[in-house]
Amino acid sequence: MSLYDRLFKPRRYTLPNGTVVEEKRSRAPLVILIVLALGALSVHITGFDFAVLVKKGGKFFDILTAMFPPNTGYLAKIWQPLWDTVKMSFLGSFVGAVLAIPFAIAAASNIVTNRVVVFIVRLFLSLVRTLPTLVCALIATYIFGLGTMAGTCAIAVFTFAYVGKQLFEIIETVDMGPYEAMEALGATRLQAFTTAVFPQVLPTYLSVSLFCLEGNVRYASILGYVGAGGLGLIMNEKIGWREYDSLGMILIVLFLTVMVIEGISHWLRKRLT
Amino acid sequence: MEQRIQKAYASAPKTWLWQLLAAFIVACLLAWSGTAVQTSNPTSNGLEVAGNIISGIFHPSGKLLFTLGTNGVPYLLLETFCIAFLGTIVGAVISLPLSFISASNLVPKPLALVGRILIAAIRTIPAFVYGLMFIRVTGPGPFAGLLTMSLCSIGMVSKMFIESIEDLDKRILESLDAAGCTTFQKIRYGILPQLTADFTSTIIYRFDMNLRDATVLGLVGAGGIGAPLIFAMSSYRWNEVGAILLGLIVLVLIIEWISSRIRVKLARG
Repeated sequence: MSLYDRLFKPRRYTLPNGTVVEEKRSRAPLVILIVLALGALSVHITGFDFAVLVKKGGKFFDILTAMFPPNTGYLAKIWQPLWDTVKMSFLGSFVGAVLAIPFAIAAASNIVTNRVVVFIVRLFLSLVRTLPTLVCALIATYIFGLGTMAGTCAIAVFTFAYVGKQLFEIIETVDMGPYEAMEALGATRLQAFTTAVFPQVLPTYLSVSLFCLEGNVRYASILGYVGAGGLGLIMNEKIGWREYDSLGMILIVLFLTVMVIEGISHWLRKRLT
Repeated sequence: MEQRIQKAYASAPKTWLWQLLAAFIVACLLAWSGTAVQTSNPTSNGLEVAGNIISGIFHPSGKLLFTLGTNGVPYLLLETFCIAFLGTIVGAVISLPLSFISASNLVPKPLALVGRILIAAIRTIPAFVYGLMFIRVTGPGPFAGLLTMSLCSIGMVSKMFIESIEDLDKRILESLDAAGCTTFQKIRYGILPQLTADFTSTIIYRFDMNLRDATVLGLVGAGGIGAPLIFAMSSYRWNEVGAILLGLIVLVLIIEWISSRIRVKLARG
């Protein structure tokens, strides 16, 4: 019996046939109390002020209204960075997703029986995942210089960590029967893996990678802000020059591109599962 | 036995053409993307820089790490935590009505489509653009960061809310109807118990992500740990970068551990 139940005694009911059942007290008051306390602390620290929001909230739309009507004349200059962004996210996602495979296998506790290896690989994946993508991109710009290479690297690292984690969880939930049967028939572990486990995880793996690709197109547009190439680069420039109508055009193009890529990927993922 | 296997092989659908086609398309796309990868100025001392970064990260500046003032890592982490926490809550509150009007099983199709397009449009605008918009309202600082986080959360949170709403088991509502419940009772005992666990799980997951993404806010001066991190990086003070990253990694790992435990508990009911 946990501490909470000892403090607040469970409610007892006596049924008509004499049995006594206990209903544990709801945890909701405790949860609400914690959330309220954290909320109050956050309001204090961040200086959240509703009055400011009501009074000056209209200014939020200053830039937004300045974006319309968008500057259609700027469209011709958007294509190059747009293709850069798409290429960066595609290549980055591919490299990351492929690199994730061996690590995910090594992190799956039903394939690798060595506990130490599993623990170390998982720790490594967690560490890479906590690294903010922006920091990755910045470090990459120091190493590879400004340009799309840095962005591709940052996206690859992000995809690697995300797909790696998802994939080892998928591998751990597969049906191990065929694998054991293959091993019993005398196949090596590699053969057993490629023929018994791989076909089971392939559709989910592809679908996770595609999902990651969708998100990466959006992400890639931010990376340009730190000089890692793509749409973010010209967005930053237009914001600096306060040409918000051009910014509006960039955002519309980005919106349509993301919609198209999401549509394709959604269709592919539906076919896979 | 042998013949049965042969027959099974023969009757298996012939997918090699599709696979070949898919591989060909992917190869073409890869070759096309490969053209984007060129470095504008291939720095010859890239490896040296990488070495400096790694050594800095492994020798974090202790001064920064243990100062308790407003410039120290602990306070910055607390600020980031608060931005992410309140931002997630505000975002979730805004997402609730949005996701109810976009769930195609509750409202007519055209309205749901409008809701979805609105959500997609909100998602498209990158975080730093929102940051700049909000700085006009609140001035630079964590308040702007909080509002930015909340708008950025809407996209994913409402998408997952919509999925939960569309998975609602309508039979429960029908049986409550048959038992003669009022609308309020139907919401209280039929809808809320089905949604709370999923919604809480989504919110906690998004909080986890917001904590990680909070570094973006630093770019435009919207508070949190991002700004000191980026300043330290652009002035090559790698041991300070190390200290900040170390703090961030520890915080994110702790929160991730707690949140995954809560979510497992929620999923099992």
